[in-house]
Amino acid sequence: MRADGITAALSHLGRLDELAGANTPIGRVDPRAKLVTTLAFLVTVASYGRHELSALLPLAAYPIFLLALGDVPLRPILWRLALVSPFAVLVGTFEPLLDRQPLGALGPVVLTAGWLSFASILLRFALSVSAALLLVATTGLDAVAAALAWFRVPKVLVVQLLFLYRYLFVLSEEVARALRAHALRSPSHPRPRMRVAGSMLGQILLRTLDRAQRIHAAMLCRGFDGHVRLGRSLHAGSSDAAFMAGWCAFFGVCRLVDIPRVLGVALFGAGR
Amino acid sequence: MHMSDALVSPAVAASMWATTAGASALSARALRRRPDDRRVPLMGVLGAFVFAAQMVNFSIPGTGSSGHLCGGLLLTILLGPAAAFLVMVSVLTVQALFFADGGLLALGCNVFNLGFLTSFVAYPLVFAPLARTRPTRGRLALATVLASVVGLQLGSLGVVLETVISRRTSLSLDAFLVLMQPIHLAIGVVEGLVTTAVVLFIRDARPDLVLAGSDAPVPPPSPRRFAAGVLLAAAVAAGVLSWFASSAPDGLEWSLARASAGAKANAPPGALHSLFAMIQERTAVLAREARLRAGDPEGPDTARGRWPQVDATVSLSGLAGAALTLALAGLLAAGLRLVRRRSRPPSPQ
Repeated sequence: MRADGITAALSHLGRLDELAGANTPIGRVDPRAKLVTTLAFLVTVASYGRHELSALLPLAAYPIFLLALGDVPLRPILWRLALVSPFAVLVGTFEPLLDRQPLGALGPVVLTAGWLSFASILLRFALSVSAALLLVATTGLDAVAAALAWFRVPKVLVVQLLFLYRYLFVLSEEVARALRAHALRSPSHPRPRMRVAGSMLGQILLRTLDRAQRIHAAMLCRGFDGHVRLGRSLHAGSSDAAFMAGWCAFFGVCRLVDIPRVLGVALFGAGR
Repeated sequence: MHMSDALVSPAVAASMWATTAGASALSARALRRRPDDRRVPLMGVLGAFVFAAQMVNFSIPGTGSSGHLCGGLLLTILLGPAAAFLVMVSVLTVQALFFADGGLLALGCNVFNLGFLTSFVAYPLVFAPLARTRPTRGRLALATVLASVVGLQLGSLGVVLETVISRRTSLSLDAFLVLMQPIHLAIGVVEGLVTTAVVLFIRDARPDLVLAGSDAPVPPPSPRRFAAGVLLAAAVAAGVLSWFASSAPDGLEWSLARASAGAKANAPPGALHSLFAMIQERTAVLAREARLRAGDPEGPDTARGRWPQVDATVSLSGLAGAALTLALAGLLAAGLRLVRRRSRPPSPQ
């Protein structure tokens, strides 16, 4: 990745977390409720069989709900959906080649089971990725970490998550500066060669280790005694419980009833 | 080679979550036993370093392609297995949350493939015995490259097994293995070489730095701990076998649903009977679902043959229903936005 690409990626990354600061109905929902609901959503999406497509569609209501009531702009979410180079899509492209059992025809186009499962993989991908991104965009990493601590995730891991996120921006900017310096000095090789990359990363690693020492000294100056205190209290109310229970019930209904098919049959008859 | 939410079944995801949660708890306990308050900022900053280092795309000589550091082995050499594993957990979590790399459900799989196998298998069983204390440059390079190759081969094997067992694709085990393993052999060698370059650079530049994993004496795994590791591996393998049992119902339940009419009459009494009765109850729901899917709410289970079988008129109403669902979702979004705009307090400016 080029240096300017990294800077752009960082500004997008920071923006996702900034959104969580807004005071929205979704932002006010307890982070524990949102975390559990999102996990239930992901499990529901994953539980559908290979050839399911229409039955998955009603589940899109959850990300749409978060997007709309969380005041999350659509573009950064779509940008990420399009940008990630997912393993899932790569594997999905094999489906139409491997599974050629014909299912039906739309005019001259024969629909095979492979295309159906490819579309199913893409839809699952879009649903699960958008749900995870929206969780962060409406909650923020601080609140997610507080929820994790409440769920008895080891504290060293929660603290690690917060530290990592805090220094992510600092170190990425350092890498971007190193790459820019390299690009300015070797215009014929925009990408560092492997040997150069080794010593470049080594340099950055040395600076990182020094930084860790400085941070430790600064923490000691402020009375660090080996325990990090997570100063955040969580208060759940009945609306949080309703949010969780309502959505989980909706996921259950979606899983048991193929809503689009029922709607189609209700409108146009069973087709017999 | 991040495993994705779209490819994983709930049974596989839950098993891998359980395995990695256990490993995280044990690692956290191991760190608590040897408290070192310098470690908190060190782990945090090194996690951010691995993240940032992955942005350095270097060209690989002779191939025209490019690669980046994955960092699992480097972290283990710098921090030791327990701390490195926890750092990898945090790196992969942030990747899943902010970059949509992998996913939350597949996080357990990714931590296992990219963190556990490197820190707790490749490092103690390949790197530690080869590198021993204060290795020469050549020996360190050999140990690093071999450990990296072993770690990535195991990791890619993990991806293949998890995907195949989840049954969300038609890819067969052998085809997928042929696709994945050779690529990851090359990735493993490149990762090993870059990791070696970084470790040697640090050792030359700052000989005073003590790297928890390569300079401090690495104890070879004691027989007791090794036996514990093997037991853990056996437990994981048993988990894998049980996924076969629990993910088979995709196909099994359908055949049960078709056979259910005959099974009812001949069911033997006793415990087995009540078990089958329970299965029957479950499959009854599924059979009703199948009839509904086939557009035949009352007909016999066997009438329609193998699912998915779609006739044109039914699929037309299915498509119409899907379109209607999408339209409803769009309306929901527009309505919610409108409500938000009305109720939003005026901005403070």
